[in-house]
Amino acid sequence: MNLAELQRKLLAAGRARPPAAAVPYAFEQRIMARLRGAPVSDAWADWARALWRAAAPCLAVALLLGVWTVAAPARPEPAPADFAQAFEATVFAAITLEGDPTW
Amino acid sequence: MDAPDAELIAAVLRGDTASFEPLVRKYSPRLFATARRHARREDEVADIVQEIWMKAFQKLGSFRAEAPFEHWLMRLAVRTCYDFLRAHQRNREAPFTDLTDAEDDWLERFAAEPASTPEDADAARQLLARALDHLSPPARLVITLLELEDRSVKEIAQLTGWSVPLVKVRAFRARAELRKVLATLAREKYL
Repeated sequence: MNLAELQRKLLAAGRARPPAAAVPYAFEQRIMARLRGAPVSDAWADWARALWRAAAPCLAVALLLGVWTVAAPARPEPAPADFAQAFEATVFAAITLEGDPTW
Repeated sequence: MDAPDAELIAAVLRGDTASFEPLVRKYSPRLFATARRHARREDEVADIVQEIWMKAFQKLGSFRAEAPFEHWLMRLAVRTCYDFLRAHQRNREAPFTDLTDAEDDWLERFAAEPASTPEDADAARQLLARALDHLSPPARLVITLLELEDRSVKEIAQLTGWSVPLVKVRAFRARAELRKVLATLAREKYL
């Protein structure tokens, strides 16, 4: 079967008679009835609504973080000597690595 | 833009919803013709057109009077039809094995005498609708706009929001896809 010719014929058939433009009875009334029930979209109103919706979760997260900050056991401060050693180890770590023959 | 359209749109934007009705009455025939290219069942067609009008009403504030209202509305219509095709892709494919007698006759006549087979037959249109149901949504949209509605690549780019090179690539792929679907039809029918 000649597929190119079949394709051409079918597309010509589709072009030959465009679809009807008939509108169902009382379609305008149907649309207007739906529109009267639907409010006009207002960007500021949508934004305000979104902010109000976000307020409660944000408040809950803030409260939880506050409670956690107050209630969490305090971490022990490092002793000055420990801190000095840790600082020295951190600062000289790069030098140690550069001098390391395995690197 | 026609003055009446501009006045009606301005009135709707001021809160006079009733001014939308003349627009619905004026442009619905065009929208129904467009939607019928993409959906076959009348209830689906009506739902598509209703969806277009709902979107038009909600987005009317974004309409800039730089182009006619009809162009803006048709862009919205084509994109809504495309969304519909994507949403209903899976449940549209009817197998080629259950062709009607008229479709069978037309195909047999075409196989025997391709040149004398009528192009304006209803059976040919039904076969085309079946074949289009097997295409992917972008392919179907491009074939419909390019081949059936005779629109230019530039027009399709404006209607769909795709770039011109993308439309060309999709048109090439769509023709190949359609050819493949017709090959499947021929194989199922004659092998």
